[in-house]
Amino acid sequence: MKSIGAILTVFLGGLLIYCSMDFPPWGDPDSPANSHVSPYYIEHTLEDTSVPNIVTSVLADYRGYDTMFETIVIFTAGIACIFLLRMFKTVEPETRLYRHLPTGITLRIAKGGKFPDDSDHFKRIDSDWVPHDLILQTTCRMIIPFIQIFALYVIAHGHHSPGGGFQGGVIFGASIILFAIAFDLRSAIKRMGERLTAFLCALGVFIYAGVGLVCMLYGNNFLDYSALADIMGVDPISARSHGILMVEVGVGIVVMAVMVVLYYNLASAGKQDEGL
Amino acid sequence: MDELLTILIARINYWVYIILMMIGMYGIIVKKNLMKKIIGMSILQTAVILFYVSIGAKKNATIPIIEHGHDTGHATAVQAAHFINPLPHVLMLTAIVVAVATLGVALALAIKIYKQYNTLEEDELIEILKE
Repeated sequence: MKSIGAILTVFLGGLLIYCSMDFPPWGDPDSPANSHVSPYYIEHTLEDTSVPNIVTSVLADYRGYDTMFETIVIFTAGIACIFLLRMFKTVEPETRLYRHLPTGITLRIAKGGKFPDDSDHFKRIDSDWVPHDLILQTTCRMIIPFIQIFALYVIAHGHHSPGGGFQGGVIFGASIILFAIAFDLRSAIKRMGERLTAFLCALGVFIYAGVGLVCMLYGNNFLDYSALADIMGVDPISARSHGILMVEVGVGIVVMAVMVVLYYNLASAGKQDEGL
Repeated sequence: MDELLTILIARINYWVYIILMMIGMYGIIVKKNLMKKIIGMSILQTAVILFYVSIGAKKNATIPIIEHGHDTGHATAVQAAHFINPLPHVLMLTAIVVAVATLGVALALAIKIYKQYNTLEEDELIEILKE
């Protein structure tokens, strides 16, 4: 089995290397990939959409359908993860660990015992709790707001510099995952709950499809943002640029929410009780 | 010798991606552990992404962002040869995020399988399923 797999892989690799002889040389400006549709995008993006970042204009305007369904794929992956892993029946854990904050004593409460409420005196801790995480938590508390502002900048500045909804959404999701790792999963869920993340997943797709539908209501094609010119009071070219921004915000929300959903469910294996 | 060298220089990047792809393929086909298969799948995806991005490269060209000031640049002519091909970048931009999302689903399935059968080894799983 092993040798068959190795032979098959080497055979396929050899075939591909043989075929690579017919490829155009690296960096050839006249290669087929560079000479059909992409020159149009490069030369007309400013007059069509007034967006200098060609990647953004192609992503959200010329190929808006493609991106919309990519967003739906991400949304579906998040929902699938919830359905696969999330256990809606709360399984009582064997034992729980509580820390009495004034004295620093850890209480181990067995099944059937009375669990204290979270208060100033008692705090629930994970079974693999590390006591000395002062530096980590302080650093995270200082750095997370800046990560989130940078994420918003990346989303909002996607028209003029590298960036956009996908990248900004991932950075924003990473900031929340960082919070969940540095503190614990329960305090992250307390701040950004399950319902909220699931709602944001759906909201982002709704924003994207909704912008397309509004364009249809105004008599243009689906996702033809120039129809928004009347609502926003700008010329059709600028309206396209603004439409791209709205769509990018939707993409950012979906990506952020799905990253958080994936982390919550994978880290706790669906229990959303104790994380990493 | 010189001919061989020019071929090597012009093709070396494709060969690197093909080798990466072979590593991923080998992992998917041969390895028995589902985690290792998932890792192989990720390596394969990375190879394809690198391949696509390298297709878009052009000599003496810059990143696909047109130089602009505030409310200028609408009139100046843009030469396609001065900017690299944006299309592969767009496709791979979405593909990377979708790859992460699908990786999450793959890991969720792996967790589910491990909970059910207490193993991730393929041959052990087949043994259990035969019974």
